[in-house]
Amino acid sequence: MVAYIVRRTLLMAVTLIGMSIIIFALLRLVPGNIADILFDSAGFVDPAEKAALEEELGLSDSIPVQYWNWIVGLAQGDLGFSYVSELPAIDEIAPRIPITAKLAALALFFSVLFGLPLGVISAVKQNTWLDYFLRVVSLSGLSLPSFWLALLILMAFVTWFGTIPIYTDPPDNLWDELLLYSIPAAAVGFRSSALIMRLTRSSMLEVMRQDYIRTAKAKGASDRSVNYGHALANAVLPVVTIIGIEAAFLIGGLIVTETVFNIPGVARFLVEAIQWRDYPIVQNLVMFIGVIVVLTNFLVDLLYVSLDPRIKYE
Amino acid sequence: MAIKPIDHAAELSKAGAGVESRLGKAWFLAKSYPLGAVGLILFLGLLFTGIFADVLAPMDPVKTNAETSLQGPGGQHMLGADMMGRDLLSRIIHGARISLAVGLGSTILGCSLGVIVGLASGYLLGWFDLITQRIIDIMQALPLLVMALVMAASLGPSLENTVIAISIPLVPHVARVIRSNTLSLREMPFVEAAKAIGMSETRIAVKHVLPNTLAPLIVLATAQLGSAILTEASLSFLGLGIPEPHASWGRMLSESAAEYVRTAPWLVIFPGIAISLAVFGANLLGDAVRDILDPRQRS
Repeated sequence: MVAYIVRRTLLMAVTLIGMSIIIFALLRLVPGNIADILFDSAGFVDPAEKAALEEELGLSDSIPVQYWNWIVGLAQGDLGFSYVSELPAIDEIAPRIPITAKLAALALFFSVLFGLPLGVISAVKQNTWLDYFLRVVSLSGLSLPSFWLALLILMAFVTWFGTIPIYTDPPDNLWDELLLYSIPAAAVGFRSSALIMRLTRSSMLEVMRQDYIRTAKAKGASDRSVNYGHALANAVLPVVTIIGIEAAFLIGGLIVTETVFNIPGVARFLVEAIQWRDYPIVQNLVMFIGVIVVLTNFLVDLLYVSLDPRIKYE
Repeated sequence: MAIKPIDHAAELSKAGAGVESRLGKAWFLAKSYPLGAVGLILFLGLLFTGIFADVLAPMDPVKTNAETSLQGPGGQHMLGADMMGRDLLSRIIHGARISLAVGLGSTILGCSLGVIVGLASGYLLGWFDLITQRIIDIMQALPLLVMALVMAASLGPSLENTVIAISIPLVPHVARVIRSNTLSLREMPFVEAAKAIGMSETRIAVKHVLPNTLAPLIVLATAQLGSAILTEASLSFLGLGIPEPHASWGRMLSESAAEYVRTAPWLVIFPGIAISLAVFGANLLGDAVRDILDPRQRS
């Protein structure tokens, strides 16, 4: 087990280094840098001023040197400076993380709360009208764009209540915070719950075909005991794995939902930074997202071993 | 408990025996997969609307008219008009073309690249395989939308760039599946036979292994179509996809977004319905195609 953790950690380090190279390269796919863009939009180019700006932003160095500077800075906790606000990138990013983290946690909570039981019901009632209905609901959950769902929720609130709790100032107490976050979290969570529901259903169906389920039925165990005691206990394991996929899935939903609800989290900040071509922010944020996804997958794998005694990693 | 005699004729016809004509077969398939049939109809509808947008659209989708700005549905504009007085229905009909072009374009491009990488990786093995597998791991760790966002921003907004930005994140998924298929196929007796008669490795890979990966490829491609359409809508919604004046559904929502929720709800409702129907159709179709071609994953 220790050997496995060490190997996975090393592999994770290789993945993250590779990821940093890919992100860095992606952002420099197209010739031209921030200085070109700033000067293009200004409409005139004074070569001396441009060179001074490039020097100041560290763009006059060669690409490998720029990359090296970034990585060395990262390792020391120095993320560089935002081109737009000229503040240290870490001061721009760090305060926004808790907002998105809370939103993501709440969305994940909603998605498990609805996705898991509905998936089980769908599997137990396989090929009945209820099952068809739930499958259509879950598939439409995956088909509705989350930004549209968010807009519809906004519209419904405005029509029926005349207003909607919107993020203006940081909330004072826990209750306000919950109220503020639960609506966007529900919009993101709906999509994720659809994913969990589908996976729970297919996992349940898989397990219900196993011999030990037939044995349990044959020895006269009640439907309830077979479905929940035997089937669900085994079916829930593969569902745990998708929490890893879920992390990546949630981020995609959060990006658009934070934009619609005007929530100042990291996901909306990424879009803003991309629109402003604020590369120090973009590359650090994308890297941060990558680290979260890779770490989540690692933790899920470890969790899997401790939950399922049949699995042993060498 | 009385045992019911088996009605052989009924069982056979339930299993589709005796269906000879093509139409009959199609009808049987549609009856067996009703949700898939709905998906196919929705997809064909999208295809038809996209191809014949010029004929179907009652007005010019880009012609502005200050007088009809934000006019509600009914009357001159069946679904209303946007801020610039452009006919919403015509814009939605033309949006189908954009959605279709980006959806199909990026799926085809992504799948082709994925097949090349996956086939080469599974067939050559060694260093090439090791390195591509690592790159694929890395690419899969980044959410699709984040990758597409970064690429779209880096390439600049245009129709072609949006197709590229969405297709690249699809490559690792396809490459991984094709690689694992190739790995098992290369051990098959028919590959061995081809080797024995002196066929070159490239010829075996292209003529014998590739055709056998077609079924999983079709399954993957239909599954990705919905997510490609959705990603285009999200990118355009965020202002990084299809540029003006193209009528993209996502873009139409971003113009109208929060401020029109109160004043012009039709601008929010109708483009969203269009996106949802297109993606829903593609997803239903994808599920049915998977059930038909890959019985092991049947749900």
